[in-house]
Amino acid sequence: MTFINYASREINCKIVYYGPGLGGKTTNLQYIYNKTAPEAKGKMISLATEADRTLFFDFLPLDLGSIRGFTTRFHLYTVPGQVFYDASRKLILKGVDGVVFVADSQEERMEANIESIRNLEENLREHGFDLATIPYALQFNKRDLPTAVAVTELYRTLNFKREPTFEAVATTGVGVFDTLKAVAKQILVELRKR
Amino acid sequence: MPSVELVLYQEEFQRLDQALKKLRQEANARAIFLIDKTGQQIAAAGELDQFDTTSLASLTAGNVAATDGLAKLIGEREFSVLFHEGKRDHIHISIVGKRAILLVIFDERSSLGLVRLRVKKANQEMEHIFEDMLQKGEKGAVAAPQASPFSEITDEDIDALFSE
Repeated sequence: MTFINYASREINCKIVYYGPGLGGKTTNLQYIYNKTAPEAKGKMISLATEADRTLFFDFLPLDLGSIRGFTTRFHLYTVPGQVFYDASRKLILKGVDGVVFVADSQEERMEANIESIRNLEENLREHGFDLATIPYALQFNKRDLPTAVAVTELYRTLNFKREPTFEAVATTGVGVFDTLKAVAKQILVELRKR
Repeated sequence: MPSVELVLYQEEFQRLDQALKKLRQEANARAIFLIDKTGQQIAAAGELDQFDTTSLASLTAGNVAATDGLAKLIGEREFSVLFHEGKRDHIHISIVGKRAILLVIFDERSSLGLVRLRVKKANQEMEHIFEDMLQKGEKGAVAAPQASPFSEITDEDIDALFSE
């Protein structure tokens, strides 16, 4: 749910990074955090376990500059990817404006990717959203690993509405900003339609 | 409806701002924040430079969402008040008009009883403002869709955001 504040002339949008556990959602946010100028970002918050697994969410506020005199802010969230944290995942999707799905390219994670997309679709539906219409970008992460499945196969299996799709290596930043831009653009285009 | 956006106009903002300032004074609080349930800050009053307000808003919304989840698990609709007690500072969280969260930070200059009492009174006033805000937002969306400043956003405007 976009929050338009005419008093302070700000637009606030919420983007959620979704995907299977250990797929690189938090790494995406960390890269964005590290590469963004200090004045354009807030503090990054990670609610994680002692073993650095996301427990509830990561949060990163980003200020992208102004559009038509309105400061454009994006609040980026990740969900905990591990299957048993489903209740938490649902909560984080509340009021979402756009979703990035971070898929793990490794062959042994294909099942987990498919299950996670299904779970995303289901949880979005519970909030009254439809994956078919919500701003959405797909990222094939970990392209640098030797066990990565061919892109064509990943595309065939995981892309379902010709959403913008990017190859990425989140640890080095390849594809990270392209994915973010793709979903942010769709959100702003949606705003124009209203 | 999930796609209904929250639109805050100058007039309601000022009314909320006044309500928060009054509550801050009456409850003798350090700071007061009004936050949307999705984690966006709507208005605030008090010692704002003492806090990371964006993080506060996001964590408060997460906290309320998690507590809502707990409530539903045990068959409650919601827990409408949360209280966190610290050594020096305390946090009182309550729900306003189903979609917003009121966060009060206070110390020994105030007390839980006083905060509860004042929050209850302020809550009613803020609920009225929210109703007006929602009505105005709906009317605005139906009556004057072309009035939105975003209807004229161009592809160039959007690209310019990512030009660095």
